[in-house]
Amino acid sequence: MIKLVSILMAAALVNNYVLRQFLGICPFLGVSKDLKSATGMSVAVIFVMCLATAVTWCIQTYLLVPRGMEYLQTVVFILVIAALVQLVEIALKKNIPALYRALGVYLPLITTNCAVLGVTIANLDKGYGFAESVVNAFGSGLGFFLAMVIFSGVRSQTENSEPPKPFEGLPLTLISASILSLSFFGFNGIVENLFG
Amino acid sequence: MSAIIFPVGAVSAIGLLCAVMLTVVSKLMSVSEDERVTELRDILPGANCGACGYAGCDGYAAALVSDGAKTNLCVPGSDAVSRQISDLLGVQFEDVIERIAVCHCGGTSAAVERKMEYDGIMSCAAAKTLYGGAGACQYGCIGYGDCEKVCPNGAVCIDDGVARINPRRCTGCGLCAKACPNGIISTLPDYVSTVIKCSSRDKGADVRKKCKSGCIACMRCVRECPKEAISVINNLAVIDYAKCGGCGHCAEVCVSGCVKIANYAGAFNKSK
Repeated sequence: MIKLVSILMAAALVNNYVLRQFLGICPFLGVSKDLKSATGMSVAVIFVMCLATAVTWCIQTYLLVPRGMEYLQTVVFILVIAALVQLVEIALKKNIPALYRALGVYLPLITTNCAVLGVTIANLDKGYGFAESVVNAFGSGLGFFLAMVIFSGVRSQTENSEPPKPFEGLPLTLISASILSLSFFGFNGIVENLFG
Repeated sequence: MSAIIFPVGAVSAIGLLCAVMLTVVSKLMSVSEDERVTELRDILPGANCGACGYAGCDGYAAALVSDGAKTNLCVPGSDAVSRQISDLLGVQFEDVIERIAVCHCGGTSAAVERKMEYDGIMSCAAAKTLYGGAGACQYGCIGYGDCEKVCPNGAVCIDDGVARINPRRCTGCGLCAKACPNGIISTLPDYVSTVIKCSSRDKGADVRKKCKSGCIACMRCVRECPKEAISVINNLAVIDYAKCGGCGHCAEVCVSGCVKIANYAGAFNKSK
């Protein structure tokens, strides 16, 4: 149990996918303009990460490894994740149209989100079991959520400010992203000290 | 040989499986969409302003088809859109009552006292959190143009510290009214002939100290109105446009000049 909690903490804070490993930067910069869309995107990412991890872990363990086809990992995972996202989209459209509208374009965007692919592969590289993998995926999604929400707050502030002309827009966004990333380095060692 | 065939077969099989699954699911869970909804959605202006009372243009399009919503609710689209909608649905055309946004404040920099120098973020919402803005009147226009920023038609401009709305450009969507933190912008039907340019609910004596053009609730317009259309509620004159005959007498007798004659008829959307 303690191991699962430590995995969750490590994934969400210390190894934050966006701010520490620089995966999933595209939605991080593209969809963080306001809190509402940032939350929608993040919730979709959390959901897809957990689902994709559950499925890809099974594929890797029961199909690829016994046949010695680990080298097909990337191709198969991309295929499966893309199909999964489409499936989720169809199911949502039918059953929860309100959520479907809220997620909007972000759901199909996740198909090619490298953070999702990254987390499924990282789970296997670290040799996690099924439960650990799903917890790690959930934690990574939570970390994505955290980064998006914090950054949407930062952006709503920077958009009201009056920076020097050359810094206006994307440059200022990138600079604030890097400062936020630096601040997440402050979590270094927290898991070892808490659970070590 | 099998080292090639098996992986290729496996990937193809997984791909095929996904494809079959998606096809089956999309057939099973297909949502039947009325074609008219998409067509209506294309007709509507797409401002998603919510002036119709539904959640954006999508919501209105759906309501038109399924709930039998009235066809004349789209104010920005005006008569042209209403006509297209009624043609498409095969119902009687109904005239749209055009609306025009009006800022109920006349507190120009000359008229209103200032209580401080504001040097913070140039947005009304931010300024309001700091003692209600720089102007002495807490009800009036803060003047940093939150309304100007949201207007999709460039109809609003801050002039001399007060929001002014160009009726020829205004489409009555009401986005500015939602953006105003003091809520002093409202959309009025374009047949109105007089408007109150003040929102202060302070007592008359207090208004005098803060603003030269504020309503001091002297009741003069209430007494003089031949149709008894004006009443004073919370120290502020309010016109009942259902009773108003449009003579403009109130504007003539107003002591502080906060009742203004307006002439919006035909102005709506003229520049388009």
